Formats: sequence, C-alpha cells, structure tokens
Amino acid sequence: MKKVTEGLKAVAESVALCRPDVISAYPITPQTHIVEELAQIVADGKLKCEFINVESEFSAASTVLGASAAGARAYTATSSQGLLLMMEVLYNMAGMRLPVVITDANRAVSAPINIWSDWQDAITVRDAGLIMMYAEDNQDCCDMHYQAFKIAEDPDVQLPVMVNMDGFILTHAFDPIDFPSQADVDKYLPKYKPLDFLSANNPRSFGLMGGPDRYLETRYAMAETFKSITPVILKAADDFKKMFGRYSGGMIEEYRMEDAETVLVSMGSTISDLKEAVDTMREKGKKIGVLKIRILRPYPAAEIKKALGKCKRVICVEKAISLGGPGILAAELKSAIYSNANKPEVSNFIIGLGGRDVKQEHIFELVEKAEKGVCETEFIGLDKKLVEEMDK
Amino acid sequence: MKEVRLHGRGGQGVVTAAELMASAAFFDGKETQAFPTFGSERMGAPVASFVRISEKKIRIRSQIYEPDYVIVQDPTLIGSVDVFAGLKQGGLILINTEKKPEELKLKPGFNVKTIPATKIAIEILGRPIPNTVMLGAFAGLTGLVTMDGIKKAMQQRFKAELVEKNMQAVERTFSMLKN
Repeated sequence: MKKVTEGLKAVAESVALCRPDVISAYPITPQTHIVEELAQIVADGKLKCEFINVESEFSAASTVLGASAAGARAYTATSSQGLLLMMEVLYNMAGMRLPVVITDANRAVSAPINIWSDWQDAITVRDAGLIMMYAEDNQDCCDMHYQAFKIAEDPDVQLPVMVNMDGFILTHAFDPIDFPSQADVDKYLPKYKPLDFLSANNPRSFGLMGGPDRYLETRYAMAETFKSITPVILKAADDFKKMFGRYSGGMIEEYRMEDAETVLVSMGSTISDLKEAVDTMREKGKKIGVLKIRILRPYPAAEIKKALGKCKRVICVEKAISLGGPGILAAELKSAIYSNANKPEVSNFIIGLGGRDVKQEHIFELVEKAEKGVCETEFIGLDKKLVEEMDK
Repeated sequence: MKEVRLHGRGGQGVVTAAELMASAAFFDGKETQAFPTFGSERMGAPVASFVRISEKKIRIRSQIYEPDYVIVQDPTLIGSVDVFAGLKQGGLILINTEKKPEELKLKPGFNVKTIPATKIAIEILGRPIPNTVMLGAFAGLTGLVTMDGIKKAMQQRFKAELVEKNMQAVERTFSMLKN
C-alpha cells in the first residue's frame, strides 16, 4: 500500500514488517523516533518482539549483540554521538559475525553541539566491519531494510548491516512510500535461522580471546568475506525486484553518465539534489552525470573503476571531513581508479556539514570551480563574514 | 511544481498541516513532499514547514526559498519573522487573522488573503488549533489540493471523530474562500 509517511515512521513500519525478535534502544536525543514508533507497534501487539529500553547506546548495542548471539533477529537505531558511543560494540558485533541491522540517521558530531544532518557519525565507524548502505530517498531506505536483514543473515555473510539515511533531510520528510504486504515480506525474508547460537543446552562462547596466534586469521577471514558480499547484495536486490516489482539496489548507480565529461560523485540524499542540478546543467549543454555510491562497505572499487573509465573530471561532494586528511570519498575513489589508463582530475568539496542546507546554486558553484582547476577539500556555502569574525 | 511555506508556532500543528497537504495531494494523484524546518521544536517558538506538489517525481531536497504560496498560522509572527521572504511577486499569502487584508498594512505586491482560523477552530473543534481550518481555506483559494484529497488524508491520519469535526471546519473555510 502506498501512503504519505514520514521517513522515520516509514522505516519503523518497514522494520516491523521484517519481524525482528529483539529491538533495543536508548530512547533519548540524539535518538530518532524510529524506535518510539517501533515501541508503539510492539505495545499495540502488532509485532511480537522483545523491546528493551536501555540507559545508553552502548547498552543498546550490547543488548542486540547478545540477542543476536542467542539466535534472535535483532535491530537497533541510533544517530550522531549515540553511534559513537556504540562504536566499541560495533567492532565486537562484526568480529563475532552477528547479523544485527542498525539504522543510523546520519548526523553531525559535537563539538560544537549539533544534531543536524551530515555523514560524520557513520563515516567514523566505517572500518568496524559493518556493511554500509546509503539511502537516496525514503522509499530506497525502506527497501534497503528488507534487503539488509537478508544480506546480514546470509550464511555466506553473517555480518551487521548499517542502513544510513540523512538525518532530517530524509528522516523528517514526508513522501509517498510503497509498503509491501506482510505476506510478501515473509516470503522474501523468512524466519532467521542462525548458523550457531548461544544456548543453555548447547554451551559455547562467542568473541573469546584471539591472540597473536589467531587474530590475524580471524581478520583475514572477515576481509575475505567482504570480497564475496557484492553478489549477495546484488542478488538481494534482484530477488526484491522479482517479489516487489521495483529495482532498489546495486552497489553504485550511474545517472546520465553515457557521454559525461564531468561526473559528480556522492552518497545519500545529496544524490537527488545532484541529479536535479545535472538536469539543469544538461539543458545548458554541459556533459555531466552523477555516480551514486550506494554501498560504501564493501567498497565498490571495481564498479567505480569501470564507471569512471572515460570521463575527464570527477567531483566528490562530501558531507564529512577527515580533519588534516584528504577528502574521504575522494581518497577512496582515487585509489579505485588509480590503475585506469585514463585518469580524470579529481576534485572534492565539503558541503552541508551540521545541517547547512545544500542549495542548487552550491552545486553549480562547485562544478564551476572544479572546471577551473582541481580543488582539494574546498568548503562550499561558507558564510564569509562569520569566517572572518572567527578569525579575529 | 508548486512550493508552499507554512509559518506558525510550535504546537499549532504547522508540521501536521504540511503532512496533510502533501497527503491530500498524493490522494489527488500528485507527487508530493513535505518537511519541517529542522530545529529544536518548542511550544511557542517560530516554526516553518514546507510542501512541494508536482506532476513529476520530486527529487530536490533543499529548503524552499521562493515559495508560490505562504500560509501564516500565527499573525503575531509578522514583523519578527520575514514571512514574505522569497515569495514570488503577486504570490498568495494566507494569514490567520480576524482582520481584513487592508487593515494589516503589509508591503504591497502580494495577494494577501485572511481567514479567522483560530476563531473558527475554537467554534468547531473546541481548540485554538488553526491548521486544518487554514488548509480548507487554502484549498478553496488555490485548488492545489481537493476536498476529497483532504478528507482521505485526514481519514488516514486522525480518528473518525476528529475527521468529522475537522472536515466540518475545512468545508466551512473552503466555501468561504473558494474562488
């Protein structure tokens, strides 16, 4: 059924359709109301699920880790500082190969205190061993959740999946969302059958000491798994299309790239704004396209290398920053295309941090700048007067 | 694509009004998008929300800077908030007040309409929440959403008893300002 729904509520309804056995969350800021909605759904008896409110995000992550280790389908959601407080547990979840699904409403990290939208929170946990998906719009985000459980629980994967949606821009937006029926979701995502789990009848341990004699091999096994996840992600999308009739997947997406000399690369909801700007620039004769990174981990290096084989100029548009380092998307992208015979110029821009609105004119401005010469971590949309004041 | 900006204060249902308008347009067969200003919502603080309605899929996610229409749910905002900001020349601004447009002495160049929405809300709903009342007036003035769409949106959002009362208010203001 299709209806206009707020992003967070749509995600909650989608997660409920996935029938998690255990949901645990810290319910206070920077939490979003995804878990509030889910708590209501559980309280109303519409979802048979253990909903556990806890006193911190660290405990929320620990609770779903434990639940998943005991063989439950487990889910949590967080944002911003909350995700950072989960960080230690996230590494453990991945290391123990537990298929928890986490939604992160992408928001800035303090200081200064800021709960508005950017990508800094999730980028910070990029290396923890989570599969990381970035939603372009709320339909995409809902569809990702059905697929996320399927991918996480695949016997060949067994890893946590994080679904990223831009805070406020998506989480608080009302859009028409198509919800599948419970029967169809049940068919697409059958009951979780854990390969192994904690049980009093079958005692075992997860996450034990792995000293210098076996830690390297454990990490190797994870690295090898990450190399084989792409087909699972693609199959989850193909199966989704067969069941629900729309394709909502892929590692990357190319938009108007067929003859593009310049390609804008980004993630999340920024892609929609870039597509809009590209349509305007195309009307004026500019050969420009957009490359969406839909899956950040496993990093789709091969797909990116191929997609950027012919263009002259790449512009990474980033809503996070590695302070003192290169542009985060740009650095990874450069390494992906390094072995290409044709090497485009790569510029990158920092935009929209801490919820600063990204306007179409900002996109036109950064394209114009990149056309004049390569730009490295250049900020767009700065209030020059405020910058001068801060300088004093 | 038509773009609408709604002004009000926290607690006046500005976000719900935007949601209802988007939902009504969806039931009318249009593509829609609605969102609030992203801030720390507090009762009484100035808030705004936005609606886009289009025949084509809406991709743009930036805030609305040049609205076609503005709705002001609280007239005390005028002066402290630039409710006219970016409004297209000749654009419609609908204000909740018992005064006539000419009594408000606003800057020229806009199509100002007024509706005593709070008064009507108290009379019909028993509460000073002007949002649905203004939605009816807005629909009557612009035809951007239909009565049928509003009704379906309300049926999806509210309990039956609330739908009945709110629709009564919407129907009243719709016919009061229908072009």
